[in-house]
Amino acid sequence: MSHNKNAAKVEQILRSYGVDVRKCMRCGKCTATCPAFDAMEYHPHQFIYMVERGEVDKLAASPSIWHCLSCFACMERCPRQVEPAKLIEAVRVAVVREKGQNHLKPEDVPALLDEDLPQQAITSAFRKYSK
Amino acid sequence: MKFSYYPGCTLKTKGKDLDTYARASAEALGVELAELPEWQCCGAVYPMAKDEIATKLSAVRALANARDLDTELVTLCSACHNVIKQVNNDMKTDADIVLRVNNYLKLDTPYNGETNVLHFLEVLRDRVGFDELKKKVVNPLTGRKIAAYYGCLLLRPSKVMAMDDPENPTILEDFIRAIGAEPVIYAMRNECCGGYVTIENPGEAKRRSNAVLDNAASKGADTVVTACPLCLYNLKKNGGHDDLPVVYFTELLAEALGVK
Repeated sequence: MSHNKNAAKVEQILRSYGVDVRKCMRCGKCTATCPAFDAMEYHPHQFIYMVERGEVDKLAASPSIWHCLSCFACMERCPRQVEPAKLIEAVRVAVVREKGQNHLKPEDVPALLDEDLPQQAITSAFRKYSK
Repeated sequence: MKFSYYPGCTLKTKGKDLDTYARASAEALGVELAELPEWQCCGAVYPMAKDEIATKLSAVRALANARDLDTELVTLCSACHNVIKQVNNDMKTDADIVLRVNNYLKLDTPYNGETNVLHFLEVLRDRVGFDELKKKVVNPLTGRKIAAYYGCLLLRPSKVMAMDDPENPTILEDFIRAIGAEPVIYAMRNECCGGYVTIENPGEAKRRSNAVLDNAASKGADTVVTACPLCLYNLKKNGGHDDLPVVYFTELLAEALGVK
């Protein structure tokens, strides 16, 4: 990807989520509190400086973006209000907004159901993983 | 005391117990929960992007309908509560979202965040009052040791949810005391159970929910209560503790009020 196109992608992500990555002081509290951090290749604090450095494609290709539990722990506990959860969602959304990149497809759903699975699980998965 | 009530998709299907026990209890407490006409599913996850408009519309429709009925809006499911309260905050504070949502919806009266959103727990605490609730308990759950599971959605982000202290909450513990039981305090009560990845990554959902229930069990809980259908499902299915029942807080409320 050209430098300009990449810069535009980073700018779009930061603008639509209102995140200021320069506020991060690298304390690592987001990663320390993240319940999914050990399942992630790149941890929440790394999302911040990788986006800052423009490494969005690397994040977009990583399984880490599907491991976020959307629990807002990193947002709540960040001492600088950087809100890493927003950036993780931003990268995930940038992926699924591209044509043909839906991570969950309707035809996959029947196989995932069990007798007790609440609708909330399917609804939330669609919202997180598909456009 | 009359409120508009937003049940949400799961409370009409797999999470019926959360709904029916709340309605029965509300009646016993003199609280009228009038189901909002023609409500739509909230989508179960709050879309954090400022340029996501369509995904916020169903929440705004519910909020605007409650405003038009001149009522506050009561929710029960943690996810609905989180989505609707966060969207309402956008409609109070983000002029660009307000403009675009209203351009899209073309309501008779544009919506600007007028509706007050309350979780049913807040109705119990702030409108009925836990002291009043205690007086109406006919079947106190004396001797029961109950662990409150807040999970992630009830409390966070705390600036918007504004229901309780996000790190040291008391609303569920005070509720447990009001119905005559003893609350069990444990570290994992406001940590995520991994419910949102139960489809994507069941192994992770197992690890997280097991950590929650291990912790509650180690502190001597005999029951865990939640307000979230997905937490309930995940903790029961993946928590690895058949010895520790997980129930909706409304079920225990109905039991204590003698309407179960």
